[in-house]
Amino acid sequence: MRDSLGVGLGIFPLGIALGVLVVQAGLPWWLAPALSIGIFAGSVELLLVALIAASAPLLTIAVTVFAVNFRHVFYPLSFPLHVVKPGFGRWYSVYAMIDEAYATYVLMPAQELSSRRMLTGQFCMQLYWVSGGLVGVALASVLPAPLEGLEFAIVALFIVMTLDAVRSRREIPSFLLAGLAVGGAMVAFPESPMLAALLLYSAMLIARFFMSTPKEQASDEHA
Amino acid sequence: MSTPDPLFMLAAVAIGSVITLLLRAVPFAILRPLRSSKFVQAIGRWVPAGLLLILAVVMLSGEFAIRGNRWWIAAVAAVVTAIMHLLCGRRALLSIIAGTGAYVAMLNLS
Repeated sequence: MRDSLGVGLGIFPLGIALGVLVVQAGLPWWLAPALSIGIFAGSVELLLVALIAASAPLLTIAVTVFAVNFRHVFYPLSFPLHVVKPGFGRWYSVYAMIDEAYATYVLMPAQELSSRRMLTGQFCMQLYWVSGGLVGVALASVLPAPLEGLEFAIVALFIVMTLDAVRSRREIPSFLLAGLAVGGAMVAFPESPMLAALLLYSAMLIARFFMSTPKEQASDEHA
Repeated sequence: MSTPDPLFMLAAVAIGSVITLLLRAVPFAILRPLRSSKFVQAIGRWVPAGLLLILAVVMLSGEFAIRGNRWWIAAVAAVVTAIMHLLCGRRALLSIIAGTGAYVAMLNLS
């Protein structure tokens, strides 16, 4: 489906990077698809490869996954899950709610969303991720030194999606608060900037809610 | 390097799987009854723009860290991506290809 193409361009190279990493770490090839089907959350899979290769304690692995993926608890506030038909589809949609799926469908106007569209899109994203991993595994076993830097595609993807999210003036306060949060977090908590930034940002939004008038709280509804 | 025990690897994947799934599913269950609350609605509307910015900044700074004293390559590639996107009609595919292409080129040629 079309929605997933731009996103696929970010996901596929990262999948390749995962596959390459698995082989270079001396791990069996099946770990790449096992990670992308079992966990399906880009960044943490790359980390897990390193942790597994180092035979890290399972508790360390559990804590790492929790810390890195904690951001997902913020997605249900705005992810349009209600559009997806209840049942198996809705379960799949929750399981496959990766950053890219969240960003794609949270930015899409409500009238363009449909159950089929979201599920096909999410399924395609997983397909890119799994196949990227397999291509990476294959590449790494034939090439000694694959092209470096393809993983930047995922950074570029998020830059593009951020720019698309702040098209209207309404979004500027959130954008500025998040900028403050992430700047402050990187200075004060360089060890876990993501988690610190998310907590700071939530605190700021809560403060914003209590300092705004009821009209401001509701004025930008569904626009 | 010795290969870790397959059972250990499967256990690691299983643990990661359960934790990720819970982090994704539990908040939906908690929020369902709160859907009509003004607070949840307002926060839900405000979250996305800033959340995406945080993800982009943290990922970019991760790229800076990987590149060490060649961090400027990531900075230039990020600027290329943003300028491409703003000046060439917000075509996501084009902007991503331009930014990533610039990054790979600078990294492998410099």
